[in-house]
Amino acid sequence: MSRRIRPSDTVASADPKVRVSLTVNGEQVTRDVSPRLLLSDFLRHELGLTGTHVGCEHGVCGCCTVIIDGRAGRSCLAFAVQADGADIRTIESVAKPDGTLHPVQQAFRECHALQCGYCTPGFVMAIVNYLEEDPTPDLSEDAIREALSGNLCRCTGYKNIVAAFRRSVELMRGAGG
Amino acid sequence: MKPALFQYVAPESLDAAITELAGDEGARPLAGGQSLIPTLNFRLAAPSKLVDLRKIEALRGIRVEGNVIRVGAMTRHRELELDEAAHRANPLIRDVLGNVAHIIVRNRGTIGGSLAHADASAELPCLLVATGGSVVARGPKGERTIAAEDFFHFHLTTALEQGEVLTEVRIPTLAPGTGYAFLEVARRHGDYALAGVCALVMVGSGGACTVARLAACGIAPKATRLIDAEKALVGVRADGSFEIAAQAARRYVTTGDDRNASTAFRQDLVATLVKRTVATAFSRVAR
Repeated sequence: MSRRIRPSDTVASADPKVRVSLTVNGEQVTRDVSPRLLLSDFLRHELGLTGTHVGCEHGVCGCCTVIIDGRAGRSCLAFAVQADGADIRTIESVAKPDGTLHPVQQAFRECHALQCGYCTPGFVMAIVNYLEEDPTPDLSEDAIREALSGNLCRCTGYKNIVAAFRRSVELMRGAGG
Repeated sequence: MKPALFQYVAPESLDAAITELAGDEGARPLAGGQSLIPTLNFRLAAPSKLVDLRKIEALRGIRVEGNVIRVGAMTRHRELELDEAAHRANPLIRDVLGNVAHIIVRNRGTIGGSLAHADASAELPCLLVATGGSVVARGPKGERTIAAEDFFHFHLTTALEQGEVLTEVRIPTLAPGTGYAFLEVARRHGDYALAGVCALVMVGSGGACTVARLAACGIAPKATRLIDAEKALVGVRADGSFEIAAQAARRYVTTGDDRNASTAFRQDLVATLVKRTVATAFSRVAR
């Protein structure tokens, strides 16, 4: 599975197109897209970045969470055309190019915070962004559950995901010296 | 599912947006998209054109001016939630916004979008009605200010006319000493409220309530002031009984039995929420 943006391979469609230029994982991309193309489908189908998963397509499950201009958002509740000029980060940008896991990913691994893994990219992006905004968050059970409440896990591995949230903060503190 | 095809424009000025909207009956404004895009994805709505308001700088920003907080319609929920000046001027706002969906949705959802969407269960209309706020709309016929109680007509229906854009939301500041609270009951945390209540309480020098403002969401086709409950609170002290007010709130429930709750259950909820929010509001009265 490639973490690279795939060269232009526009999805066949008779829809009129609108040109969009945006930054995805640090790389500038320009494509002609239908206005109704969701950002989630743009990332997956146009760019080949299939790490962003699609669950409910109405904003409830959180699987498609990406970081849009520095803030986590649902990529199924945005059109690609709205992202013109935006800076998008997806799960593919989180680990280092050499494969070293991000502390949040490392914490998920250590705490066994995933079972089927379908919801994991959304959880990781949500937590990465949450800890960017607040590197020293309230680590009470209630506060962590509030922070995670926008993402659903159907394997119901929530206890381990809460543990991974705490471990992420420990690992990031360690990394910061 | 995927949306039906629409035309997309993203004008840079408000006037251009109004022209785009006024010229096409099927056109709809696109703000944060957190309510509109799900309805498009499910094809519950199929507008001919979306007029994206994201490039219009005039619709952004939060300013506290005198006794009003002026919030640009395209301000994100999360921006208002975290705004310290707005929080100092009216701490009820942050309480209410904490109940609107989840952080990730609040990162993109807009204040103007939520109010123009006017879901009967939504929290922000309840806040605006309770505080006696208003919205500013601009359209082909010019600009007008609409009081919250005149703005919401029915579930998903407002006073906005075709071509009108909600440009600004005006939330009054809380007078010094005012007690405040918002509570809701939802099936899942972050979901729309089965019932929610906003309470504001002002207390005189003798400790008795002089003015109460109460509004509820989820119990009727629009955010509703609980005027009889407000009246019942006048003269009541913090250690008194809120029972008469709570019972008076029951009659405002008009939502019929649905799969989430019966009318009787919503009546119980609103009565309980009135008691709890009023108790919390009293406890926050600064003397």
